Amino acid sequence: FFFLLLCASVVMSLDTLIGFTGKNFTIIAADKARARSIVIMNDNEDKIMNLEKNKLLAASGAAGDCSQFCDFVQKNLNLYRFKTDVPLSTNAAAHFTRNQLAVALRKSPYQCNLLLGGYDEDEGPSLYYLDYLASLQKMNYGAQGHASYFVLSLLDKDYRPDLSEEEAIQLLTRCFEGLKKRFLINSPNFIIKIVDQNGIREIPQIHV
Amino acid sequence: MSAKYDRAITVFSPDGHLFQVEYAMEAVKRGTTAVGVRGKDSVVVAVERKATAKLQDAKTVRKLVQIDDHTCLVFSGLLADARTLIDRARVEAQSYRLTMDEPASVEHIARYIANIQQKYTQSGGVRPFGVSTFVLGFDGENPRLFQTDPSGTFSEWKANAVGRNSKTIREYLEKNFEDTEGRATPILALKALTEMVEPSSKMIDVAVLTKGSPTTYLSNEEIDAMLKEIEEEKASKLSRQAIST
Repeated sequence: FFFLLLCASVVMSLDTLIGFTGKNFTIIAADKARARSIVIMNDNEDKIMNLEKNKLLAASGAAGDCSQFCDFVQKNLNLYRFKTDVPLSTNAAAHFTRNQLAVALRKSPYQCNLLLGGYDEDEGPSLYYLDYLASLQKMNYGAQGHASYFVLSLLDKDYRPDLSEEEAIQLLTRCFEGLKKRFLINSPNFIIKIVDQNGIREIPQIHV
Repeated sequence: MSAKYDRAITVFSPDGHLFQVEYAMEAVKRGTTAVGVRGKDSVVVAVERKATAKLQDAKTVRKLVQIDDHTCLVFSGLLADARTLIDRARVEAQSYRLTMDEPASVEHIARYIANIQQKYTQSGGVRPFGVSTFVLGFDGENPRLFQTDPSGTFSEWKANAVGRNSKTIREYLEKNFEDTEGRATPILALKALTEMVEPSSKMIDVAVLTKGSPTTYLSNEEIDAMLKEIEEEKASKLSRQAIST
């Protein structure tokens, strides 16, 4: 069973991504470990890319594809901003990202599963779930990786649509505790980013 | 069918001229004026605003464009030609960032634009771009100002002018250029521009690039205030001259 998890297929990866929307913010947490087989290559990895000033793109899956694809999306969003003087909305950015995944799918697929979260002035907070088969779904809360088996049921029970920032961090802490207790290959440290009307902010380490 | 488009439009004349390129430069000379000045801590560009029709939305006719976070472009000449160059420069800026994980230098962008302009002087079935551009920005600590022209040459300048009456303005700059800091840089640019352009904020746009901050477009009030200062300085100089003679 251990071996099966290690030869992780593209569908599920060892990376953990957890995201959900709060009252007027979106929060995404990602584990900080980057591993190759049984070795943790890096325990301080930032898997959440900042897009423009109001969006976060977190990626899990094949390391090269993740960083390359996120970079590619970020630069294309920059180009759009310079061409049109207006940044793309979170919804449009999510659809652009999905389109790139879809085009590549039947040529040379990107092996990454993503959570795209953002805050728009008119829409408010939003979270989008994208996977390597180019599916796109707007969700209130979502998770990627094997950890999602553990975290989703917890969020099913405890998530509320109008969480304050404090409540959100408490909820995340409960998710981390659950993973620590039951998930075999769990990384102890998480990077947590929150995006609201004031932009993107990193939340200091929560100790579980 | 493509045989019809294989013949070059830009060919040498018997005495070594590329007339199409020179005609393109004539087209640039008919465009509205732009003045660029490099100061010690900023790069400034002052442009003559193009006269817009009554029903036209003036905001959409902008000559100052952003290529990247710290690189700007101003052009003189055919607006449509400039637009394609600008679009390609923007793509190149992001492409460079994607491959190198750092912003493209101002020189790189200027060189890239100049290369494109050169290609169109040596290809079949195409005409040169009728555009001269100022590419300005910061390379780390240092402000840079580059100029490209339809022949595809590019070079760095301390101060220059393109478009209508650029020769006169360049001569003024050659006589009066000095290393300026802070507010003195846009004032020098305005002094040069208003040699040949009506000194009113209705006809002038000014952009200032300083290290680390986004491009600042001076408001009409700020421009008017600077123009007033220039007026007063000129008047006091004249009165001092009158008194001394």
